[in-house]
Amino acid sequence: MKRDQLKQKSAAWESETEAGLKKRPERKEEFQSLSGLDIKRLYTPTDLPDFDYEKNLGFPGEYPFTRGVQSTMYRGRFWTMRQFSGFGSAEETNQRYKYLLANGQTGLSVAFHFPTLKGVNSDHQLARGEVGKCGVAIDSLRDMEILFDGIPLDKVTTSMTVNHPAPALLAMYLTVAEKQGVSWDKVGGTIQNDPLKEFFAQKSYIWPPRESVKLLVDTMEFCAKNVPQWHPVSISGYHIREAGSTAQQELAFTLADGIAYVEAAIERGMDVDSFAPHLSFFFDAHMDFFEEIAKFRAARRLWAKIMKERFGAKNPKSMWLRFHTQTAGCSLTAQQPLNNIVRTGYEALSAVLGGTQSLHTNSFDEAEALPTEEAVTVALRTQQILANETGVANTIDPLAGSYHVEALTDAMEQAAVEYIQKIDDLGGMVAAVDAGYPQSEIMRASMEYQKSVETGEEVIVGVNKYIAEKESPIPLLKVDDEVERRQIERIEDTKLNRDNAKVDACLDRIRDTARSGDNLMEPILEAVREYALLGEICQSIVAVYGAYEDPAVF
Amino acid sequence: MKKYRVLIAKPGLDGHDRGAKVIAKFLQESGFEVVYTGLHQTPEQIVTSALQEAVDAVGISVLSGSHNYVFTEVVELMKAKGIGEIPVFGGGTIPEDDIPPLMEKGVKALFRPGTPLDEILAKIKEIIG
Repeated sequence: MKRDQLKQKSAAWESETEAGLKKRPERKEEFQSLSGLDIKRLYTPTDLPDFDYEKNLGFPGEYPFTRGVQSTMYRGRFWTMRQFSGFGSAEETNQRYKYLLANGQTGLSVAFHFPTLKGVNSDHQLARGEVGKCGVAIDSLRDMEILFDGIPLDKVTTSMTVNHPAPALLAMYLTVAEKQGVSWDKVGGTIQNDPLKEFFAQKSYIWPPRESVKLLVDTMEFCAKNVPQWHPVSISGYHIREAGSTAQQELAFTLADGIAYVEAAIERGMDVDSFAPHLSFFFDAHMDFFEEIAKFRAARRLWAKIMKERFGAKNPKSMWLRFHTQTAGCSLTAQQPLNNIVRTGYEALSAVLGGTQSLHTNSFDEAEALPTEEAVTVALRTQQILANETGVANTIDPLAGSYHVEALTDAMEQAAVEYIQKIDDLGGMVAAVDAGYPQSEIMRASMEYQKSVETGEEVIVGVNKYIAEKESPIPLLKVDDEVERRQIERIEDTKLNRDNAKVDACLDRIRDTARSGDNLMEPILEAVREYALLGEICQSIVAVYGAYEDPAVF
Repeated sequence: MKKYRVLIAKPGLDGHDRGAKVIAKFLQESGFEVVYTGLHQTPEQIVTSALQEAVDAVGISVLSGSHNYVFTEVVELMKAKGIGEIPVFGGGTIPEDDIPPLMEKGVKALFRPGTPLDEILAKIKEIIG
């Protein structure tokens, strides 16, 4: 059928269907995705007027990488199953890691408690009540040695979710590797180390935006020279989405952060192809199935274009958007918690159909607490069932060519391009953060979402529809308050058993280096080896860089 | 009608402020005057703000697992400062089992994830009296 004929036929079908709506109305007058994209009744080739297979999609492993970054994808091997995990003391978390590895998990992912994320010690005034509660308590190399005790660092890859203090945690990890006799060229993993989204999403910041980007470039420079298999940054949309953004904002703000980091590294004098292959990304998989798949596909295509056209990258690997996915924590409900297993399963499926490189599936009890061993096992099994039983991993990018998915992918990319243009106009992401732009966009989106839940326009099963009269409680993990006391004791003990004069000299060197503007990684490594506390290292940097304070706007 | 003043506070090192901000905005749109502390408050700072701002209620959002410590401390400190009559409420990731002991210690309302905003509003009005 010729295009014009099809267009006519399509229009005729629409008007005929519209005419029938008087008798048989649809469920709603307008259909929209979770993030507010208009969803049509039917998609046909007329929705893809400029569709060009090679230009829009290409082949897996080839520009623009819409269909995937590798040529075999999951036929080669499944995605890495990487459960984000950490609670209580290093001893307890070490046991959980060994359990997960014994049960078929293929990579580690460390969740640190808030004091570590904020660069203070467990005995800090603001840490009271939080020690070991949302992650594992790490105050010095000593805790890190316990955390990876009996886990050979040349055999696993580890992702560490930590941002402003990331250089210090990387230094601790590398020192543990040294002590295990593993050379740095055999060490693989990722530090999140994505400082800008902290100011408008996760809010675990320490120093101001410009300084935080400088420190990120220090780690990029250091890793490019010394730890070739390490990914020094995981540019993260997950927290942006969890803070209440739409899918379009998640995509756009993440790539805009990435642009800021690439610019800063180039400004340092690094060649784009020397560091770009080591950039990695992290996205949220929320409940709107096709929208999420479109987001992942659009992310790959748009980043490839940005790297090639805007930054002149030559190495195809510099254009790869490789990403980790976590199912949406904010989609979990405290009501009827077993329903969360189903939600997580669908979200995980969207991540796999979107071509993720690694995946964390949330546990059903996580609306209320960190997961129990039973709950985390179900979450891991969800991925294993998806990989081994459903057959979805047998072919690459199976939804390509779907009129709906391709149209949504285009719409998602277009929306992100517009946001990125706006951020460029503001002077880039650092300036946009200073101006409060992403902050206010996210606030607006989260308010709109909440209102749509309140009106029932957005249905959440068990919360605003199909509410249970009576709910049976589930067992929850409780972190003992004793962890705090023991951790504080360990800090005291560490201080007694180290050469404090050496530590002081190391901290002086950190301050001097921060002042001079030279790369801080070597001085931080030195301090870590002498068992300087994380809080001592970070506060030495704060002494020069200053601390960022919450503007407290809503 | 008197315009109520409410303090919305975020204690500790936790940065999860989505809930606190949505509640602050919602209460403001519902006719309240809202004072938002921003992140990283100690219990002492929260109580000091409550005193200085002469608020009618104190709301605390906790998603860090430190709710037992924070709510207990704030309620005790408010009593010690002579403002024990100002109602304290809160929300976040607070397991159901932890709610009754905190209510016994004097917290007036704790909202679990998924509580409708209208229900929160009605309850806050009720505890302010």
